[in-house]
Amino acid sequence: MHLLPDTFRNWFSKRGWTVHPHQMAMLERADDPALLLIAPTGGGKTLAGFLPTLTDLSATPHEGLHTLYISPLKALAADIKRNLTTPVTELGLPIRIEDRTGDTPASRKKRQRADPPHILLTTPESLALLTSYEDAPRMFAGLKRVVVDEIHALAESKRGDQLMLALGRLQRLCPDLRRVGLSATVDDPQAIARMLARHPDPCEILLADPGPAPDIAMLTTDEAPPWAGGNAAYSIPAVLEEVRRHKTTLIFHNTRAQAEIFFHNLWLANDDGLPIGIHHGSLDRQQREKVEAAMVRGDLRAIVCTGSLDLGIDWGDVDLVIQIGAPKNVKRLVQRIGRANHRYNAPSKALLVPANRFEVVECVAALDAVREGALDGEPRGPGPRDVLCQHILITACAGPFSASDLFDEVTSVGAYADLTRDAFDRCLDFCATGGYALRVYDQWQRLLQNADGTWQLRDPRAARQIRMNIGTIQDTDTLKVRLRRSRGGKPLGEIEEGFAASLTPGDTFLIGGQIVRYEGLREMTVEVSRNAAKKPKVATFAGTKFATSTQLSARVIDMFQQQDWPDLPAHTADWLALQRQVSALPAPGRLLIESFAHDGREQTVVYGFAGRNGQQTLGLLLTKRMEDAGLNPLGFVATDYATLIWGLDRVTDPAPLFELNTLQDGLETWLAGNAVMKRTFRASATIAGLIQRNTPSARKNGRQATFSSDILYDTLQKYDPEHLLLDITRQEALRGLVDFGRIEEMAERVAGRIDHRELDRVSPLAAPLFLEMGRVPVRGAAEERLLAEEAERLMESSGLAQITPPPADKPKWRMGY
Amino acid sequence: MNYHDISFSGAALKALGSGALWWPDQALLCVSDLHLGKSERVARRGGQSLPPYETRDTLTRLGEDLAFANARQVVCLGDSFDDLAAADAMPDDERLWITRLQAGRRWIWIEGNHDPGPVEFGGTHLQDLTLGPLTFRHIAQTGTHGEISGHYHPKASVQTRGRRVTRPAFLFDDRRMIMPAYGTYTGGLHARDAALADLMQPGTFAVLTGPQPLRVPMPMPGREPTA
Repeated sequence: MHLLPDTFRNWFSKRGWTVHPHQMAMLERADDPALLLIAPTGGGKTLAGFLPTLTDLSATPHEGLHTLYISPLKALAADIKRNLTTPVTELGLPIRIEDRTGDTPASRKKRQRADPPHILLTTPESLALLTSYEDAPRMFAGLKRVVVDEIHALAESKRGDQLMLALGRLQRLCPDLRRVGLSATVDDPQAIARMLARHPDPCEILLADPGPAPDIAMLTTDEAPPWAGGNAAYSIPAVLEEVRRHKTTLIFHNTRAQAEIFFHNLWLANDDGLPIGIHHGSLDRQQREKVEAAMVRGDLRAIVCTGSLDLGIDWGDVDLVIQIGAPKNVKRLVQRIGRANHRYNAPSKALLVPANRFEVVECVAALDAVREGALDGEPRGPGPRDVLCQHILITACAGPFSASDLFDEVTSVGAYADLTRDAFDRCLDFCATGGYALRVYDQWQRLLQNADGTWQLRDPRAARQIRMNIGTIQDTDTLKVRLRRSRGGKPLGEIEEGFAASLTPGDTFLIGGQIVRYEGLREMTVEVSRNAAKKPKVATFAGTKFATSTQLSARVIDMFQQQDWPDLPAHTADWLALQRQVSALPAPGRLLIESFAHDGREQTVVYGFAGRNGQQTLGLLLTKRMEDAGLNPLGFVATDYATLIWGLDRVTDPAPLFELNTLQDGLETWLAGNAVMKRTFRASATIAGLIQRNTPSARKNGRQATFSSDILYDTLQKYDPEHLLLDITRQEALRGLVDFGRIEEMAERVAGRIDHRELDRVSPLAAPLFLEMGRVPVRGAAEERLLAEEAERLMESSGLAQITPPPADKPKWRMGY
Repeated sequence: MNYHDISFSGAALKALGSGALWWPDQALLCVSDLHLGKSERVARRGGQSLPPYETRDTLTRLGEDLAFANARQVVCLGDSFDDLAAADAMPDDERLWITRLQAGRRWIWIEGNHDPGPVEFGGTHLQDLTLGPLTFRHIAQTGTHGEISGHYHPKASVQTRGRRVTRPAFLFDDRRMIMPAYGTYTGGLHARDAALADLMQPGTFAVLTGPQPLRVPMPMPGREPTA
């Protein structure tokens, strides 16, 4: 029986705290092999996770590492260190707590390996790196507990798979290791429990009191939201008013770009000079830390932010959360609102601010879902094999290993429990030889098999390169932005390479809330100067884009069917009525397609409501068919509810394009050659170690003359179509980015009932699509035609006066992946 | 095969969409920076195991171009092999392939910085080659005329009314031409990069490779930084 020692009890009461029932339950179940706690923010969740460790260490002295804490965010590790140090110091416990992330100085990292603290706070990537060292068995000897914080966030990505593979490793080093997971409210706790526990260990789920329901509403403004766009500038006065009325407000955005623009507009209107900061993942670390510190001190009245602030950082007295833009996902919205309030028993207060009229509909649908407690989620499927390949290479870095032992270890991870030995061996072969049909690397195998059957790195120096490339986060390539000055001007943050490539000296853009002028590129750094322009010339960089969940999409289409919309503000109800009048509203069981000319192109909009990935695939399949039909498609963009295709010729008869059989037939051949597959390949090949993001020489040179991953993809398609990485790419694309199941479902639902409207102008519902980022080009006959036109034009006008640059009123660049 | 006519230093040349240069009057085909054996070199150095198919892909394309141009002379403009060891390590079937391509043709290997010395393949090994008004060498020199070189793997972009298109490109002015890399596993250096831009004079053109090679002026009017 693990009772709370008196010293702890006294400490609690001295602070005026009572021990929560779930905190006691965690102590009572401290010996469970795996335990998942689901608790709202402010419920003492982290302390609950650490109580067994603290009481154990206070009772029994321990040599070396006792508990490992893993969180998805570096900032969270630092924050927890601060919070844990308080009770440890006040209780006079002999416990050393340290954090270890990418930001930890090398000297301390080295010391931590030789002389680990009792509690080490780290991230999945830093843990994977630790397990790659030869001295890992010594460092982790005696490890008793592991606490995975915010496990619901890790469960959504490959970072979670990588973490669980690393835990499989630790469990073999320390068979009695106990696992604890801490999670926010989720739709499927069993799935998280299966992920956490060693397969097939049981995993009990503890549910803490969820606290009172959140107080959540849509912000009403005198001014109507615009027809399209994402910056919600119309709401600035109302948002400022809310900031004034509350102590501290968090203003969440879905993308970094929107956060930048909103912050800029907020400042222009901030006549009272309220202290307001901005925080997102593209800002320089120093800038972010400054804002975080100001927030903790209570110096800021509001902070404009993105998902980088999503996870449990202790923000003190936040009493209002504002979500700008539709929340896209009910679960994320609820978790975000949970951040608002760290007082356990007070309701969290939140306001939704739709950025345009379509989002008004989405916000109302989301509010309904929150009231009904209907969270959304999709199962993740089996463990990805590209992550497994990386894990095999990491294992090899630590020393010789037996394939059978590693297979047993890997299949003890829930997501990989059903992995066949054959599939495992193919991954091992890929790591060792490249896995090509043409066996040429016998001499230069990456992994060699020893006489005793174990595997090891052929060239030990390869360990360095493998370690440099650990991780599964697919950042688009970014470039640092600095103010131009003699040497080493002030760092401002990062922009994506694709965006940087679209800049011409003199262009102005927003970063960190200020307008800067692009001066040039020097040694992979974007140099800028301050610029007093009122309005930035080009759109700012894109950021992560969330997909609206299936459930929300269905709620939206249902709302469209109402005769009128008393729940919607008049401006939005009028807009929907106008759409019904000039075209039609999408209806269940039917497929609405609109065609019209705009922007010098023929536009076709397909309202499939198949989710963003499904709509994207639909875009790819349809453009392929349009290319075959000689309609010269140029590209498309997909949202959760529609696909907009533009090209040189008008679609007059869409029905034949939508025959499911032909769509299905086209899928296989089409899959081979499209941009989404190439993006997916690039991500998987990087994770699996075929492409290296970081090489020692690239860091030295600054400039890299590498060829694109597209060339590797094309080469494999042509000469080795059965290759493992193409197999992984297909699987990844089909389940994630392609989502062909949703298209089949749509085709069955519609069963040929197509409503084709040929219009003389953009329809109200289509307008927002023209401002969507993430445009996918179609590289077909149309590109050759355009190129020829442009080359001719350039030749004609060479030596003549300047050519007018293209209009800058739409996104000029595509988002990388 | 589509090509683009270029009159350069008095020679009538054709830039093929594949990145090869054809000189019909001499029945000559010139290709630059094949980087054969690149995947072998990367693997040998303990890096990745890239798909080992770039040599056959490059040779397949070269064979098609040789047949199309009915070439009797071939100039490989240096960096034909990713390094000399990669040339030595080439599998027998790929060696034979090269020998077959060489049969009945005058074949000149120009030395590059990656392959600075003779390789065990037939043909002539030269630092540079002067033929009529043209001089072929790997890296551009200053103060030359009629020079054709490679080394920089130039690529160029055109902003069309739909999008920006970037492709490997021939660059040429009155005095020199810099050829795009022909090898399958070769990256590119943008024509705007100082290393390239400083070599070229005003009045430079780029010919973008691709299904239909196209000539554009460099730097492009109205698109370049205003000084």
